[in-house]
Amino acid sequence: MSEALLSCSGLSVRFGGLVALDALDLEVRSGAILGLIGPNGSGKTTLFNVITGVYRAAGGRAQFSGQDLAGMTPQRIYAAGVTRTFQRSRLALPLSVFDNVMIGNHRRLHHGLWFNLFQRSELRREFESNLAKARALVATFSARLAGRMFDAAGAFSMIDRRRIEICRALVSAPRLLLLDEPSAGMTHEETRELMDDLLAVRSRLAGLSIVIIEHEMNVIERVCERCAVLNYGRKIAEGSYAQVAADRQVQIAYLGTE
Amino acid sequence: MSALPGIASIAAMALYAAFFLHAESQAQVLGLVALGVIGVPVLARVGWIARAAASLEAHPLAARSASVAALAAIIALFHDQHFVMLMLASVLLYSVACLGLTVQFGYAGVVNFAGAAFLGVGGYTSAVLGPHVPHALVLLIGGLLAALVGSILILPILRTRGHYAALITVAFGILFRTFVEVNDALGGPQGLQVKGMNLFGWELNSPLRNLSFYANYVFVGLALAAAAFVLVRRLERSWVGLSLDAVRLDETAAAVFGIDVARWKILAFTCGNFFAGIAGAAYAMMTGFVAPNSFTFGDSLILVSIVLLGGLGSAWGVPLAAGIVLIVPEKLQALQEYRFLLYAMLVIVILLARPQGLIARPARQYFPK
Repeated sequence: MSEALLSCSGLSVRFGGLVALDALDLEVRSGAILGLIGPNGSGKTTLFNVITGVYRAAGGRAQFSGQDLAGMTPQRIYAAGVTRTFQRSRLALPLSVFDNVMIGNHRRLHHGLWFNLFQRSELRREFESNLAKARALVATFSARLAGRMFDAAGAFSMIDRRRIEICRALVSAPRLLLLDEPSAGMTHEETRELMDDLLAVRSRLAGLSIVIIEHEMNVIERVCERCAVLNYGRKIAEGSYAQVAADRQVQIAYLGTE
Repeated sequence: MSALPGIASIAAMALYAAFFLHAESQAQVLGLVALGVIGVPVLARVGWIARAAASLEAHPLAARSASVAALAAIIALFHDQHFVMLMLASVLLYSVACLGLTVQFGYAGVVNFAGAAFLGVGGYTSAVLGPHVPHALVLLIGGLLAALVGSILILPILRTRGHYAALITVAFGILFRTFVEVNDALGGPQGLQVKGMNLFGWELNSPLRNLSFYANYVFVGLALAAAAFVLVRRLERSWVGLSLDAVRLDETAAAVFGIDVARWKILAFTCGNFFAGIAGAAYAMMTGFVAPNSFTFGDSLILVSIVLLGGLGSAWGVPLAAGIVLIVPEKLQALQEYRFLLYAMLVIVILLARPQGLIARPARQYFPK
């Protein structure tokens, strides 16, 4: 059994009087895919926001490959290898597909002012190698999209925007990818296609771990080896999909008592 | 895409500008304004503006040569008229400052309603250092001082967002004006005289042949504007430009992908103020004096309206909009105080017809063919 890439213990987040995460324990092993399910408001997205440094935890610990995430800025957490997508797609819509993907590649680009203004031939080489790389990545999701790298992201449909967002999160070859409801606003067929493409990329990125928040149970069933169920900020069950689906507490949380 | 639509559009604009500058009677001026107000939306509707802009974008060398040639033709036509040469030089120097504001506002999303104050820092630098320091250096120091003064502002700007950051810059602009007004060492309300520019022994206030001496300032203004234009374009077409855009569009998403929001805001704000400071220093040497009344909130608004009218983030839009914003009210002198009313209506009409500005910012091409 490989060691934990991400481990949370007793992780708590409060917004005023509201407890969004209540002493959560969670582990993600290297190379694993963990499904995160639970009713709306159960704390799933809050967990992502804590892991990526957008929110600060009120208590407990979160560690990513041995580093304590508390006190780390979102920038450092990204540099350590954690990327994410957002529930409501947060692409830079006026910018091109290529620009959006390159935002995700920030840590591998050179940002010196002198380099960018005056070393244009070196910049050009960096641009061309990154364009080839981005195009290849986008092409695994959609060849048509890869042919329109310089069109504004806002010109594309929901599924294409999701693809761009996932490429933005993948381009820097992260070690942990957090997917926040990738199926939202898409048909079953589109979701299936997207997941297949994602799994294809993952097989090339050795050791990529994924945490996926999802309401579509068939996605969870098909993609995840394990899943955890949250309710009111607490983990109420964890195990394989079959185990979790049979859990009495989970059934109550989702369906309510009689 | 051929270079023809772009070159034709520049020729047409030059022709229009020549007629406009030449127009003597108010009837002619108003007629030309009306032609512009009706013509621009019509041309936009049939797609000619987009075609011309795309052509200019695709042929940067042709576009730049045609612009310089158009400017040369106008200089040749009006070479001995002080007013026209002063206007041209003002348009070019304001373009330098507004290209700076484009970096701040158009790219990084840092609104600056104190643009005139940074022009003023440059202007007062010229007044104070002009008699003692070589003028090329004065321009540089003017820029650096403006950037330095701006760095005082950056802390409160970083701690606020949107309207509140804008209000801080408004307050700073008023503060600057009040400061120079009550400061007797800086001439108080009367301001200070500024020596004419002398670049490496070239006395700009003595005319070349039969040209107006202001033509010298047109040449210097053109050199500064061209340098600012190239720098701003290179900045936009680089990873830095991408990071600035990311910061403007979504700070949280930018941070999650490792982009240091504060670093890029500081960089954009500092660069922009540097440009404004240089422009202010040169402008003061041209007009021969600086006074608090030249650096009011209204003057800052003029800078912002140039940036908006040209098209937020659009480098080509800046000189075009600067031409409209600076020259049109001057030519409407006979309407006296009503000209500002008419002029304000003009800006509103243009922005209603083209909310993205006269020349919408094109999608980033890092290395266009």
